[in-house]
Amino acid sequence: MADIIPTPTGHVRLGSNAGQPLTRRDGVLKVTGAATYAADNRPDGLAYAVFAHSSVARGRVTSLDVDAAKVHPGVIEVITPANRPPLGRDPDGKAHMFSWRTEALQNDTVRYAGQPIALVVAETLEAATEGARLLAPRYAAEPARIGFDAGEAYDPPAVGIGSPPNFAKGDVEAGFAAADQVTETRIETPLQYHNALEPHAIVAAWDGDRLTVDVPSQAIAMARNDFAAYFEVPPENVTLRSPFIGGGFGSKAILNGPQLLCVLAARMVGRPVKLAVTRQQMFGHLGHRGATRQHLRLGVDGEGHLTALEHNAISTTSSFDDFLEPAANASHNLYATPALKTHHTGVRVDTGTPGPMRAPGEASGSAGLECAMDEAAAALGLDPLEFRLRNYSETDPASGKPFSSKALRECYAEGASRFGWAGRPLAPRQMRDEAGCLVGWGVGTAMFPAPMFQAKARATLARDGTGLMEIAAVEMGQGALTALAQIAADGLGLDGDKVELRAGSSELPDGGIAGGSGHTATAGSAIFAAGSDAVRKLAELATRDEASPLFGAGNAGVVGRAGRLHRADDERRSEAYGDILQRAGLSHIEGEGAGARDPADAAEYAMFSHGAVFAEVKVDPDLYQIRVSRLVGAFAAGRIINPRLAKSQLTGGMIWGISFALHEDAIHDPRTGRPMNADFAGYHVPVNADAPSVEAFLVEEVDRHVNALGIKGVGEIGVTGSAGAIANAVWHATGVRPNRFPIRIEALLH
Amino acid sequence: MIPNLTLTVNGDRHEVHLDDARPTLLDVLRERLGLTGTKKGCDRGQCGACTVLVDGRRVNSCLTLAISVDGAEVTTIEGLARGGTLHPVQAAFVENDAFQCGFCTPGQIMSAVGLIAEGEAGDDAERIREGMSGNLCRCAAYPGITEAVRDARQRLAQNERESV
Ligand code: FES
Ligand code: FES
Repeated sequence: MADIIPTPTGHVRLGSNAGQPLTRRDGVLKVTGAATYAADNRPDGLAYAVFAHSSVARGRVTSLDVDAAKVHPGVIEVITPANRPPLGRDPDGKAHMFSWRTEALQNDTVRYAGQPIALVVAETLEAATEGARLLAPRYAAEPARIGFDAGEAYDPPAVGIGSPPNFAKGDVEAGFAAADQVTETRIETPLQYHNALEPHAIVAAWDGDRLTVDVPSQAIAMARNDFAAYFEVPPENVTLRSPFIGGGFGSKAILNGPQLLCVLAARMVGRPVKLAVTRQQMFGHLGHRGATRQHLRLGVDGEGHLTALEHNAISTTSSFDDFLEPAANASHNLYATPALKTHHTGVRVDTGTPGPMRAPGEASGSAGLECAMDEAAAALGLDPLEFRLRNYSETDPASGKPFSSKALRECYAEGASRFGWAGRPLAPRQMRDEAGCLVGWGVGTAMFPAPMFQAKARATLARDGTGLMEIAAVEMGQGALTALAQIAADGLGLDGDKVELRAGSSELPDGGIAGGSGHTATAGSAIFAAGSDAVRKLAELATRDEASPLFGAGNAGVVGRAGRLHRADDERRSEAYGDILQRAGLSHIEGEGAGARDPADAAEYAMFSHGAVFAEVKVDPDLYQIRVSRLVGAFAAGRIINPRLAKSQLTGGMIWGISFALHEDAIHDPRTGRPMNADFAGYHVPVNADAPSVEAFLVEEVDRHVNALGIKGVGEIGVTGSAGAIANAVWHATGVRPNRFPIRIEALLH
Repeated sequence: MIPNLTLTVNGDRHEVHLDDARPTLLDVLRERLGLTGTKKGCDRGQCGACTVLVDGRRVNSCLTLAISVDGAEVTTIEGLARGGTLHPVQAAFVENDAFQCGFCTPGQIMSAVGLIAEGEAGDDAERIREGMSGNLCRCAAYPGITEAVRDARQRLAQNERESV
């Protein structure tokens, strides 16, 4: 962290452009079909690759009919473990904390169904597809281990990305002994596959020892370096372009085997090669949210205060790598309790390795915790919102640190009033709609950490009054191109239409990782710092120049706004940027900036976004069909750069909560290990009609510690709280406590 | 031998030399005509990302063999805007923030154009949601999509009244 440039805020102000609900800068490109995603690239001489995937979950590939594939008209090359050229790095190695073990045909072992086992390259997509089919693999298969009970349990060294698997504060057993009431909640959550609408695709082209890859990437510089290592070329020989990502949700942050095979194929056939995975192949090697089995115990005293909270989770991972959904950690930072204990167990099953999927750990853990809180409130005869307020934490329950900011109380109040929570009957099965459906209301608290990573940016102010901001930032639907341009405009002291933001390419300064809901905070901090660095240099020129109306103002005495520097003590005395540069004989001036958290703030404060989600469900009294008729959320996430886009992120996340509660469920056949519903007909995600009324409200929150801009993040928090709120509303409608997500009709039939 | 295929796409006539009966309309548009605005989300009729208009009707181009639409008039997302002016559905999508990543968007927009032309949904949000439910949006921009379709329908109706 030595290279932090403290964000100089003296010369520019955030707020002229940032904070405005602008429409998306890339809007026209996206509505006209002109935004290019990886698979849209068609370089000259393009060949097409398709990989064959395993239909068994464990064993070995014993034969592939390579000859049959090769004689199919149009097939150019077939790559199998027998002829796969060497790679500069072991795909089974762990080069860094974001390396997942992956399959790039290093051997004939099969470790899960859907694993890549061969790659066919052909003149057309149709020929490559047919070639892959003709391989007709045979296997020496071993029985698949699927599900919590068939897999091998173990104590994981870590959960999530490097988090300790266990935590304890205080004495939970003493807390339970002292409690007036102890409730237990058991919840299972399923495997979920990210299923971004854009299937992962890559186009690779070699020019000598220079490589260009078009590939969606949530971590552009990291992926560029990984490709360079695998192909033994210097990083500067690799250009990675990722201007638009058709949804990532965590699945496009990590390099995977077929991407390497496509690059290899391009080198072998001496032509550019495109590989786009099929929807079915999205259910294998690309990561998923592991299943969890959670057990919570809540001890409560006569006043409704927690005396102890214990949250245990069993999380599934693959047989060959570790990523454990850190579900129990969702209990660390929310409700005040003198005693807190969390524990994770891993179970190895024959699926691909899980990975971070939108709110990893928080989504499943929050679902468990919010159900448990509801159960405790109901047992006490307390309103579930009142119960949450009684257990409101003024400091972080796990660390005891103060929160950098926490407007959760305001979120509860705003959400409850927008929803109309007052007057909710305590007992279940009390409300019906005009059609006779059972109606229930439930609440859940939303919470998500506010991390920062590291990023750099470069700013240029030109004599013609325009500005350029360069950073390898990532547009994956969250609106980075728009929100970051707003920050850039403020950082440069220019109007938005005078600023160009260049992003999405490894040729630009490292914009860091778009994950953990920390991209706007991190990249935005770098951008603001770079912009103000350029303005500071300009101010130096002007205030030392006798010909400038700003002469003598002192370097700190001027402020940039709308393309002019103004004297802070006399707004009328100002000069245009272009005039300052012109007199200095400069065509432009550059600034640099970095974004990272101040270590002192990181040590002192707990940093989280918060929210409150209120759900109304309607349940058919005869068929038990469940509909979420209303979902209302109120969120506090520090400074909001663009309220229009932030609301879209939040409502999108809340609909992921509907999906978690009622829809998504990847079912692996316990005998074969194959995903049985590996398409959108069987793997349900909400359609438009499933989300009739979803609203997000923003609650003001000023945070002076998360970063100089006060930005937290909104990308993932919407998922948390929502699934629990819906499950609690289902109970309120029916009197039945769901114990598995998604909640199915049969769970309500008694 | 596969005969040559004639398609009129966005008003332009194309002779496509098909040496293969297998390509879908979607793959012909994307890989042979270079019209990559139309997206492939599933390739089996389950997501709607590939929606185009064939002779005015919305179809999933991934489920349509190209040779089965010889001689057809096809409209894709690239053919909606007129001389730099967005089609009212496109404009309404931008204004109502009816997308995030944008990958489903060409299909959503073509579907919305089709739905409005079908005249079944009118202003009724519930019927719009049903009518648009063949188009998945994993980013879940659904609230904006519904508003955009309603908004666009009103604008189109207004335009029609003005041109009478
Ligand atoms: S790509 Fe045609 S419906 Fe999904
Ligand atoms: S905008 Fe991303 S799938 Fe719809």
